Amino acid sequence: MTVKDIFETMEYGPAPESDKNAMEFLDKHHRSFGLYINGKWVAKKDSFPAVNPATGETLAQVAEASPDDVDAAVKAAQKALPEWVKAGGHERAKYLYALARQVQKHSRLFAVLESLDNGKPIRETRDIDIPLVARHFYHNAGWAQLMDSELKDYREIGVVGQIIPWNFPLLMLSWKIAPALAMGNTLVLKPAEQTSLTALLFAEICLNIGLPKGVVNIVTGHGSVGESLANHPGVQKIAFTGSTEVGRIIRKNTAGSGKKLSLELGGKSPFIVFEDADLDSVVEGVVDAIWFNQGQVCCAGSRLLAQESIAGVLYEKLKIRLQKLVVGSPLDKGVDMGAIISPEQLKTISSFVEKGKNEGSEVWQLENIPSGGCFFPPTLFLNVSPASVIVQEEIFGPVLVAMTFRSHGEAIRLANNTRYGLAASLWTENINLALDVAPKIKAGTVWINTTNVFDASSGFGGYRESGFGREGGREGLMEYVKPKEEKAFADKTFAFKTSGNVKITGDGLDRTPKMYIGGKQSRPDNGYSLPVLTPGGQAVGEVGEGSRKDIRNAVEAAQANGKWAETTGHARAQVLYYMAENLSARKREFEERLVEASGYSVKDAALEVSRSLERIFTYAAYADKYDGRVHSTVSRHVTLAMNEPLGVLGIVCPDEFPLLALVSTIAPAIALGNSVVVIPSEPSPLSATDFYQILDTSDVPGGTVNIITGPKEVLAGELARHYDVEGIWYFGTGEGSKNVELLSADSMKRSWVNYGKHYDWLNNPLEKEFLRKASEVKNIWIPYGA
Amino acid sequence: MNSNEKRNEGLPFHPEYFDNLNINRSAVERRAASLPGRRTVKKEYQAAWLLRAVSCIDLTTLSGDDTAGNVQRLCAKALNPVRADILAALGFPHLTVGAVCVYHNMIADARNALGNSGLPIAAVSTGFPAGKISLEQKLEEIRRSVEAGATEIDIVISRELVINNKWEELYREIRLCREACGDAHMKTILATGEIPTLTKVAKASWVSMMAGSDFIKTSTGKESVNATLPVSLVMVRAIRDYHALTGARIGYKPAGGIQKAKQALDFLILIKEELGNEWLSNRLFRFGASSLLGDIERQLEHYVTGRYSAGYRHAMA
Repeated sequence: MTVKDIFETMEYGPAPESDKNAMEFLDKHHRSFGLYINGKWVAKKDSFPAVNPATGETLAQVAEASPDDVDAAVKAAQKALPEWVKAGGHERAKYLYALARQVQKHSRLFAVLESLDNGKPIRETRDIDIPLVARHFYHNAGWAQLMDSELKDYREIGVVGQIIPWNFPLLMLSWKIAPALAMGNTLVLKPAEQTSLTALLFAEICLNIGLPKGVVNIVTGHGSVGESLANHPGVQKIAFTGSTEVGRIIRKNTAGSGKKLSLELGGKSPFIVFEDADLDSVVEGVVDAIWFNQGQVCCAGSRLLAQESIAGVLYEKLKIRLQKLVVGSPLDKGVDMGAIISPEQLKTISSFVEKGKNEGSEVWQLENIPSGGCFFPPTLFLNVSPASVIVQEEIFGPVLVAMTFRSHGEAIRLANNTRYGLAASLWTENINLALDVAPKIKAGTVWINTTNVFDASSGFGGYRESGFGREGGREGLMEYVKPKEEKAFADKTFAFKTSGNVKITGDGLDRTPKMYIGGKQSRPDNGYSLPVLTPGGQAVGEVGEGSRKDIRNAVEAAQANGKWAETTGHARAQVLYYMAENLSARKREFEERLVEASGYSVKDAALEVSRSLERIFTYAAYADKYDGRVHSTVSRHVTLAMNEPLGVLGIVCPDEFPLLALVSTIAPAIALGNSVVVIPSEPSPLSATDFYQILDTSDVPGGTVNIITGPKEVLAGELARHYDVEGIWYFGTGEGSKNVELLSADSMKRSWVNYGKHYDWLNNPLEKEFLRKASEVKNIWIPYGA
Repeated sequence: MNSNEKRNEGLPFHPEYFDNLNINRSAVERRAASLPGRRTVKKEYQAAWLLRAVSCIDLTTLSGDDTAGNVQRLCAKALNPVRADILAALGFPHLTVGAVCVYHNMIADARNALGNSGLPIAAVSTGFPAGKISLEQKLEEIRRSVEAGATEIDIVISRELVINNKWEELYREIRLCREACGDAHMKTILATGEIPTLTKVAKASWVSMMAGSDFIKTSTGKESVNATLPVSLVMVRAIRDYHALTGARIGYKPAGGIQKAKQALDFLILIKEELGNEWLSNRLFRFGASSLLGDIERQLEHYVTGRYSAGYRHAMA
């Protein structure tokens, strides 16, 4: 075309980014990469191709690690650990700073290599991925520096195994590696088999800056490598980003092992448009939400919910905008979308779209896309309904499904009508509406009038089956540290000595406490009772034998008590203080119960009751003081990190400290707005059943605390399996802990278990940890500008 | 404007078309910031686009010290904006800018200088740049400029009416200006640098179009903030919606602060993405600029010779 022709057509023409330097990097390695273990490249015979998804060409051969290689990598990390910890925050900060600088110095090489290997447009790697990678290393260099002052009660976990996905290869590497190193951990990282190359370039910069050997190890290969890593006994923590399916397998495989786990999984995030929104900006928001990175984004806004009054106008605008998108060579600077990661993923997306078409939804697609290569057109389904497969399942492709809502209440219900809970985007010019809706959406990140904005200082992670744990910000650091307080959990019990021989002074009246559900006493569903015996085997009463039906009823009552979470911290504190007041008034009664039913000495009974009172006071005090934060993210944004209650929390109490453990768990949970279903001490349930009267007289709303007596392990299992229980705390045996973790995997329930150890309930060394375990952090992003 | 395309006759005053508009500044700025990274033109495409930009320039002088002498120089440059050998190397026989833009009392000098070239003369009017004269004086000024030979009139709106939401009064004023213009095309300057919010910019755009403007224009060049990509985004989106409603295509003129070839390309990209190719012509798009042309010439020479150019190698305006 001549200049004169182009003057008439005004076409853009090609704008290719050169791949010369990236090819030279690959050539320098003879197009063949080993594993990076203990600061050295380890050559392997067994290898697989790294393929450019846009062209199908093989870029290089990448080593397939064996279980022995994984073992060698873990051992290298173990060996490097003591020195790395000893080096201290400042030394580690210098290394992280050097890594950040290196990423910046080689930013274009990283960007081009990422685009070649992954198929995403060079615009995104150049303008989004790589700058964020550098930002994560800088930010965490800062945390390394400040660890001694800002996280002085915490220490490193040890050796960390990290498994990352193919959709943001280097960015996910930085989210994993930067905080882990900052906090003094050493690590073994496994990139996705589709996208190993930028991780290998990163290994090279680790070598170049002289990072101590073994601190970072990178093992490439397929899923089995990740499996070996996750199951390796030398790994103390697993951080995984990927599918919910694989996350669940990891959780099951590591159940009971005591390995710390953070999982960042799938999503089907809502994109909610209210009638007063700036609709043209909404359209661009949709582009950034679902037609970013080919829609292969875990937090992609893939479900468009449009208010009925403006849906028609919005849909018309979207249809027009869709045809303006450009799909093409990822290295062309003028494309909006590049290639899908692999033929397999292309097939998955296509089959979902076929299903959508077969369900009869109205579909719109970009007409011009390249033939050959892994390309898929931006796709828009209109007038779908929640019953449709394409609305329920994560497609992980550039496919948007749209439906309408009538009111903000309905918008919230539709938004939460999903098993996932990673992110949400909502659009309105009304700040009252925005700040009303944001907290009600079950998602770890809520963007207001924006979408897919990230920053190292803000936490990112999910609710529900989108996983747990956060990455980024202070909240993300908690995934890479553990409390320094080592004596909180011990092998030996902290329990008081009990006497087998007790004088029973009962009045002879036959009292059989029932269950406590929804603020009322109710008989066990199965109509059976269990005897309660003293440590010496004397009968002191009976309690109902709880069963799964009672758990069901209790969870329903707890779920129906949503108002409690909306009550102010001050009001919740008042209720807790009132509980303390009533407990204080009946102190003698509770002391006597401990003496008679649990074989306590009078002195110990008095101590347990007084500590219980104190404990309630402690968490009453926290009710209005466990504040969130405002993160310093990007300019002209308020990023609110809000602590939200989990929702319904199942609590399985230990056998010991029948009163103190009960209040030590209930109090922090309800102080933050959770409703709880509690299984009290199995051998000594009567202190708990006595506690009904405290609850009844303290203005605790019905359903806030529900108590089910009976066989602990059975009831714990029922709680763990229940889909409508958001979290579970279990204090019991090692076997029971494993079982709870195993059964929690299906619903991705947040669990906290003691692995058969004993907690120091008297001194409560993890006072604040109980609050952290009773809450999750939601980050709400609010850009502003008049 | 296409000969078979009807001129915008406007609409009766209906506030419901713009009452519910809400513009989110952060989102608009995000789009404006990402756009130049999403599209680009290189090599021969860049050369062609820059030539297109030249053809869309309203080559402007609006200074207190304007004289017949510098206006004549401006007009000469307008007729031959790019050095002949560069044009020839690009395979272009001839090219002019879109129009010259001057104050009312320089129209005669411009006419003399342009002869029968046919290049339009635009006159700024209605008490430019502040617009702080009576409506009668404004209308009289328009009529006199049209009589003097201006075929395009760039009017300024009363910012006071925008600030105080007196939309109907604003509508009436612009309507009367349009009547005074007769066959001359009217470009309505919003002076966006003096409008406090983007939402008001959108509403003022709507009122201007409903009142019969042929073009809407950002700025006089005299405000402290002139044409920006975010403000342009808001105005061209209003143009797009107005076209969807009425079928009429309103032109767009960013003015002030556009000095670099790269900026000009960003504006053309914005127009192509938001409005489409129909608008990439001087019938519907103009740059109000004075120093932009010089930078474009240097870039064009670089394209032709492979050497970075110098200002002195190109004729000054």
